[in-house]
Amino acid sequence: MSVPLNVLFWVVVIPGTIVLGLVASWIVRKVSALVQYRVGPPIFQPFYDVAKLMGKEILIPEQAQQTVFMAAPLVGLAGLLLLSIMLWRITITGTAYLGDIVVAIYLMVLPSLALILGSSASASPHAAVGTSREMKLIMSYELPLVLAFIVVIIKTGGQLSLAAIAERAPIFSISGFLAFLVALLCVQAKLGFVPFDIAEAETELGSGVLMEYSGALLALWKLSQATMLVVLPLFLVMVFLGGFGTAGWPLLWGIGKYVLMLVLVILIKNTNPRMRIDQAMKFFWVYCGLTLAFAITLATIGNYCGIGWL
Amino acid sequence: MSWKIWALKKSPWVFHVNAGACNNCDIEIVDLLTPKFDVERFGIKLVGSPRHADALLVTGVGTKQAAIRLREVYRQTAKPCVVFCIGACACGTGIFEGAYHVAGPVDKIIKEEDPNAIIAYVPGCPPKPEAMISGVVKALSVL
Repeated sequence: MSVPLNVLFWVVVIPGTIVLGLVASWIVRKVSALVQYRVGPPIFQPFYDVAKLMGKEILIPEQAQQTVFMAAPLVGLAGLLLLSIMLWRITITGTAYLGDIVVAIYLMVLPSLALILGSSASASPHAAVGTSREMKLIMSYELPLVLAFIVVIIKTGGQLSLAAIAERAPIFSISGFLAFLVALLCVQAKLGFVPFDIAEAETELGSGVLMEYSGALLALWKLSQATMLVVLPLFLVMVFLGGFGTAGWPLLWGIGKYVLMLVLVILIKNTNPRMRIDQAMKFFWVYCGLTLAFAITLATIGNYCGIGWL
Repeated sequence: MSWKIWALKKSPWVFHVNAGACNNCDIEIVDLLTPKFDVERFGIKLVGSPRHADALLVTGVGTKQAAIRLREVYRQTAKPCVVFCIGACACGTGIFEGAYHVAGPVDKIIKEEDPNAIIAYVPGCPPKPEAMISGVVKALSVL
């Protein structure tokens, strides 16, 4: 990559990711509206929302731990943007290093951890219930998510670098497909979408973890949710579906794969009722855990005997 | 017009407060979100917490019990915000005028908290969803 292009990349990457994320969150709302035979919001709606929240008053509860309360949204957004820079770097310039998939897994936990910190610092009983649910949810889906990536690592012959993993598409094998299904559901839980919007539960907790946030701080949370809509499906595409190209058909094909991921997530969101937290835990640990144990066994056997489709 | 007001008009998020209503107005409010009226077209969204809200949709007469909570909810709402009195009871106590449990029409309760509050009235028992949309549009256009 030449120097001007490199400079352009660093200038564009963060605003670009956020704008893409806001457009993706418009797609989520629009497709949900179409599923329900509604018209849905105009395309600039997420931008209006964020602009409006930026101009509103910031209220901080009296008993809140102010520093943590105000720093948490920044930490969450920063972690996600860092992850997005890593992914774009790998996609566009092929710059990768050994073990970046591990770093990516850690960075993906950061927004959820920030959410837990921020909401528990807000001294609200509703937020406290939301926090405890979010914690249990993280404990439920983190293990299956990491196991799903382990299946991929086994399938690609012990590769720990995302650039090398993105060259193959492990989804075209039985174990890879099972791992992909589980990872898709984990991403659903990470995004906080229905069946797993247990922590945000608008109907009974009044938006739970985000309850006490207002104004610009809430706008930061909305931005990090929007960024997640770019980063997590992109990560799935890179790990399971063979990644993006940078020009021509591979690029179009890559965009198609990303949109497919997004639409799958939206359709799951719109066709399922919310689970209780104990149901979610049982679902991830028992059903997804067993599926992944099976997938890992298959992948290991396939690797040992040299059968690609297993 | 400052950009803050412009953005507020483009995405008014509403929080629904029941200050002792008979549930009739509440049903009509939820009607606004159904496919027939679909107010999400205008960016109007029902939110679960007053801290996220730009408009309070207050239904009901404002009983003595509810008045304390209504003032608390108004204090917790991030400003600038608009208060909508939905229905005959909220606008002027309706058939409950002078009853022992009534703390006053909603605008009186809110004005005790903040004399400069922006209050809009949508009368009717219950008001039609079309009337509510029209009320929201009129209130936003004078902001």
